[in-house]
Amino acid sequence: MKISCDIKVDHLTRVEGHGNIRIKIRNGRVEQARWDVVETPRFFEAMLVGKKWNNAPWICARICGICSIGHTLASIRAIENGFGIKPSEQTSVLRLLLKHMETLQSHLLHLYFLAAPDFLNVGSVMPLIESHPEVVKRAARLKQLANDACDVIGGRRLHPTRTVVGGFTMLPEKSQLSSLKKRMQAAVPDLTATVELFQTFTLPDFERETEFVSLKGDERYPFIGGGLISTDQVEMEEHDYLKMTNEFVVDHSTSKWSRLSRQSFAVGALARLNNNFSFLHPEAREVAEGFSLAPVNNNPFMNNIAQLVECVHVVMDSISLIDNLLDREWTEVRQPVCPRAGLGVGALEVPRGILYHAYEFDNAGRIIKADCVIPTSQNNANIHYDIFELAQQSASRGKSDGEIQHLAEMLVRAYDPCISCSVH
Amino acid sequence: MSADKRLYLGVPVERPKAAFFDFTSCEGCQLQMLNNEATLLDFLSLLDIVNFREAMSERSDDYEIAFVEGSISRADEVERLKKIRAQAKILVAVGSCACFGGVNQLKNRFGDLDWVKREVYGSNPVDSTEVRPVSAFVTVDLKIYGCPVKKEEVEVIVTNLVLGKSIVHPSYPVCMECKANHNICLFDLGEPCLGPITRAGCDSWCPSNRMGCWGCRGPAEVANVEQLREIMLKHGFSEEEMIDRLECFGGFSTYLSELK
Repeated sequence: MKISCDIKVDHLTRVEGHGNIRIKIRNGRVEQARWDVVETPRFFEAMLVGKKWNNAPWICARICGICSIGHTLASIRAIENGFGIKPSEQTSVLRLLLKHMETLQSHLLHLYFLAAPDFLNVGSVMPLIESHPEVVKRAARLKQLANDACDVIGGRRLHPTRTVVGGFTMLPEKSQLSSLKKRMQAAVPDLTATVELFQTFTLPDFERETEFVSLKGDERYPFIGGGLISTDQVEMEEHDYLKMTNEFVVDHSTSKWSRLSRQSFAVGALARLNNNFSFLHPEAREVAEGFSLAPVNNNPFMNNIAQLVECVHVVMDSISLIDNLLDREWTEVRQPVCPRAGLGVGALEVPRGILYHAYEFDNAGRIIKADCVIPTSQNNANIHYDIFELAQQSASRGKSDGEIQHLAEMLVRAYDPCISCSVH
Repeated sequence: MSADKRLYLGVPVERPKAAFFDFTSCEGCQLQMLNNEATLLDFLSLLDIVNFREAMSERSDDYEIAFVEGSISRADEVERLKKIRAQAKILVAVGSCACFGGVNQLKNRFGDLDWVKREVYGSNPVDSTEVRPVSAFVTVDLKIYGCPVKKEEVEVIVTNLVLGKSIVHPSYPVCMECKANHNICLFDLGEPCLGPITRAGCDSWCPSNRMGCWGCRGPAEVANVEQLREIMLKHGFSEEEMIDRLECFGGFSTYLSELK
């Protein structure tokens, strides 16, 4: 059966920010399939110009309400790299622990509150409070653990207060970390139940060969700094990020687009996992194998599962990070900062993929030029081409309008886009 | 949602229909609404939420309370905001962006919108106006301050709103809360701080974490900026450092124009 349809989704729900889907099919042929970002831009890169370095992490946290810790740490890393500051081992471990808890918080929010309703055939988590109370309570328990940990280490779960260039304004009590560790150990059954819940869901069967870009693991699954890699065998240094991202402006989107070896590429949990599978914690790898998730996986819907795998990874890794911290004598809180002219680049893996902040400084440490390349802006072109391919495949299988719209919405949600972030 | 009859001291409480809307912002204040997991279900049961795009697909335009996050920076946002105002009995501005423009208004300081657009988008045209708070276009019935808003404070305010009790913001500055929390003064730790002039209610959230206040809640009832300048200078902070903080969230814009 040759289908024709017009699908228009304005301000897609259960994603962060404002984006529209357009699909037009005539007699089984896709005439148009688009992902348009219509979010109002905020101009952070301009706001920072003329500001001293210490403003940047504080202002840049506000790029994103979900990954404010990631933006703060990327901003801090760019400044520290620019000024030649190397964080101490203790600071690095604490920052990674903080990042892990943001990853957990963000992935859980997406998996339970934004993605799961599609698989349970409801419009939001609200009806689940009645129909699946255990699921909602479990989600709240896990999310609370992650958020409490962010409060303890970063001072605040959203727009953190303790994270500064050179270290932290103050440190948690060791007893707080011990209690977090106990709570993480006690949360393992909840994680297992989350894995079991997702095993009951049927993910759409869809593939499109894609280039995946992420940080390159070096002994560990990568989150903070290091080399850049793609599944098309491109490798670069962190400071060469512009050659990895190649941003350009398109007229139907307030978000910029990116490309590397192909017309688009993907970043995020699936990209990290495709490039760094061997560095996953053994228990996380086991979960991946349970879903037949192995590199290179080209099904964007599997990003949900990659996030789930990372939830297990970050909890297991956090337990050993806390052991590491409890075993050592704690020293300084904050290193001195000596501004100098030049460029500083910081690359971090945040929940939705690789994030870059880059600042050019004058002698006094004032920002002359700022550049932030956001995971979702790197993904937007890929989402766009995925929608086209999904529409094409669905049309040839004779799917109904409603089914195609639902699949397209689920596809965009699988990327967990942070749209206001992408239009910073 | 169910749980239609909620009792307060044995008396049934109406659950008003409420909607959440976002404009130019990071959407973090909406996220705060879903935080505080321990009390989340109780909080949600206070309201009949009929529109919350970030969290739910069901949408209705039949609501009494509109919670509005974000600042206004494009013509279509003004139109959308006016429609919300026309529908809502009570419009609540949530967070620094909605109340003062938030960090977004930092782009206004250049007084050159064309340069701002070119700096980020090059020659590609992009639609954006000067950033304004929600109150520049519609009547705001209630403000919830903060970047981000504090969920504990939101819970108290929303509970009072639903029960018809009065809502009173503290008139005193963050300094009072900071003292009550037995913190070492940030100035004594060598950090600049707007605690002496910023409206309290956050329980000195940042200073308690040894981060000097950046004034996200705007001025206290009495905000002596001249005296703050003296304190800043006495502790060796420059005018630039003070202005960085005063202009960060937009709450002190009238004071700044006097300073400059």
